[in-house]
Amino acid sequence: MKSWDPRIEEMPKEDLQKMQYKLLKSLVYRLYSFSPFYHDRMKEQKVHPDDIRELSDVKKLPFMFKRDLRDNYPDKIFTSTQEELVRYHVSSGTTGKPTVVGYTQNDLNTWTTSLARALTSLGLGRGDVIQVSYGYGLFTGGLGLHYGAERIGATVLPTSVGNTERQIELMQDLGATAIACTPSYLLHIGEVAEKMGVDIKKDTKLRTGILGAEPWTDRMRTRIEDWLGIKAYDIYGTSELSGPMFTECMEQKGFHIWSDIALVEIIDPQTGEHLESGQKGELTITILQKEALPMIRYRIGDITTMDDDICACGRTHPRIQRIQGRVDDMLIIRGINVFPSQIEYALMAIPEVGQHFQIVVERKGALDDMLVRVELTKGSFSDKINDLMQVQQTVEHRLRNSLNVNVNVELVEPGSLPRFEGKAKRVIDKRSL
Amino acid sequence: MDTQKFVIRQISIFSENRPGRLAAIAHALGEEKINILAFSIAEANGFGVVRALVDHPERAHDKLLSLGFNVAFTDVIAVRMKDQPGGLYEVAKILGDAGVNIEYSYAYSGKEGAVLILRVDQVEEAIKKIKNSGATLLERSVFH
Repeated sequence: MKSWDPRIEEMPKEDLQKMQYKLLKSLVYRLYSFSPFYHDRMKEQKVHPDDIRELSDVKKLPFMFKRDLRDNYPDKIFTSTQEELVRYHVSSGTTGKPTVVGYTQNDLNTWTTSLARALTSLGLGRGDVIQVSYGYGLFTGGLGLHYGAERIGATVLPTSVGNTERQIELMQDLGATAIACTPSYLLHIGEVAEKMGVDIKKDTKLRTGILGAEPWTDRMRTRIEDWLGIKAYDIYGTSELSGPMFTECMEQKGFHIWSDIALVEIIDPQTGEHLESGQKGELTITILQKEALPMIRYRIGDITTMDDDICACGRTHPRIQRIQGRVDDMLIIRGINVFPSQIEYALMAIPEVGQHFQIVVERKGALDDMLVRVELTKGSFSDKINDLMQVQQTVEHRLRNSLNVNVNVELVEPGSLPRFEGKAKRVIDKRSL
Repeated sequence: MDTQKFVIRQISIFSENRPGRLAAIAHALGEEKINILAFSIAEANGFGVVRALVDHPERAHDKLLSLGFNVAFTDVIAVRMKDQPGGLYEVAKILGDAGVNIEYSYAYSGKEGAVLILRVDQVEEAIKKIKNSGATLLERSVFH
C-alpha cells in the first residue's frame, strides 16, 4: 500500500490549509472558553479568538514553553478530567522536573493514525515483523510504535530495550523485517551481533530501521545502512506532542508533518519572529487535534528547517528537515555555538575513529576547554606513536575547521566510551558558571 | 640466507594512559599462562603503546583482542650486545652505516647476556648487515 490515507496525505495544499484554519479556529475558541491557562495567556498577549481570521494569524497567539508544563506539574493545564483520560506518559526529567502528558482515547487514536501513515510511507504493512526496541513504559517510544505498527497490520515483536543478545536471537528466529530504536542502540546491537558471529546483513531479514529519540546525522545514516544492509529512516516526536509521530517517507528528505494533526512554524529562537521556508530556526508546533493537553505554538527547542514543497512521494504535507540540534543542547564554547551533531558529523568522515564520542567541557582559567574523546577503530591501530599522533591531530584539525573552536582530542580504547540504550548523553559540562 | 628465522613477532597494544591499564593487560596474559620476555611502554599525549615479546604471541593476541584491546603484530629483530662499554655503539654503528633507520628499540637482559630489540624500517637489510658484520642475531625460536 502506498499511502495509509491518500485522501488526506495527497490533498491539495489549499484544501489542507483551509482544514488547518478551521481546526485552529475551533481549538482557540475552545481553549479561550474552557482553559484558564490559555485564557490568561491570550489576555496577556491581548489576543481574542476573533482575531484569528486566517491561518497566518497563528503568529498573534502566545508561545508555550516546556517550563509551562513543569510549572503546572502534574496536570494543572490538562483540559480533560482524569475520568476522561485513558493513559499517562511521563518524560524522563533529565533536564529538570518531569513532565506529565495525559491522553484521551481520541488522543491515542490521533497518535496511532499519525504513525500508521508514517509507517506505511516507509513501505511497511501487513506481513512485516516490526521489532520495537524502544523502552516500553513511561517513555512514549515503545507503546507509541507498538500501536502504530499493530494498526497497519504488521506483527509486533515488543522486545523493549536491553538484553541485546536475546534481541538479536529473536530478530533472527522470528524474522524481524524492521526495528524501531535509537540509532545508538542499533549501533550497539550491530556490535553485539558481530561479537556473536551474526551478520545482520546476511543472517537476518532486517531491511528497515525506524530510528530516533536522539540527534543523529546523514553520515551516521550512511554508515548504518552500509554496515547493516538496511534502509534507516528518521522518526520524530516528543512526549508533549504525544510521542514519536512523524517519519521521513522512502525519499528520506525530511519528516512529513501531517497538516491535519499539527501546524508547524520555524521561528528565530532569540526574537520569536517567524522565519521563511528554508531558514534554520526553532521548531514551534501547534497540535490541532488534542483533547487532554492541547499545545499552541509550543517551543520544542529543536533546531531545523521547513520545506513546504510537494514531496516526490506525492504527499503534500510540509516536511521538516533532520533535527540539527537543540536550543538547550547547544554548547557555547568561547562564545561560539557548538552543537554535538556537528562533532558527530565531522567524526563520521574519519575512518580511523569509531562512531562513539564523548565531549568534556571545562573552564581552564578564564577559557573554556573542550575535549573530545574518540575511540581508535580496530583496523587503524599502528604500533608507531607517530601514526597515532597523526590520527589525533587529524581529528583535532577537522573538528577545529568545522566548529571554529580549538578542540583537544583524546584517543581511547575501542569499546571504552559509554554506550547508551536510550538517549545518548555525550556531553559532560564541568563548567560552573 | 634465510632471514625469516630472525624475524620476531612482537605484540603491540594500544592503551589509554590511565591507572590500571597495564595491570589489565598483564593480568590477561597471566591468566593465559603467557610469559612476557621483554617489554616496553611508549607514551604520547594521553595514550601509550605497550610492546612485548611473549612466548605465545598468537594466544596473547587473541586473548587481548577478545577483551576488546587494539592489538597488532610488529616484526622486530634481536641483537646480542656485549655487556660492556661500547656494546650499544657497535650495533648502532652497523645499522647507521647501512642507512637502516631504528624506529624504536628497547633492551632485554637475555639468559646469556644483554639483548637489544630493534624495530627498523628495513628488516631484511638490517638482518643481512648485522649477520655480515659478525654480530649475533637471536633466532625467533629463542622467544617463541
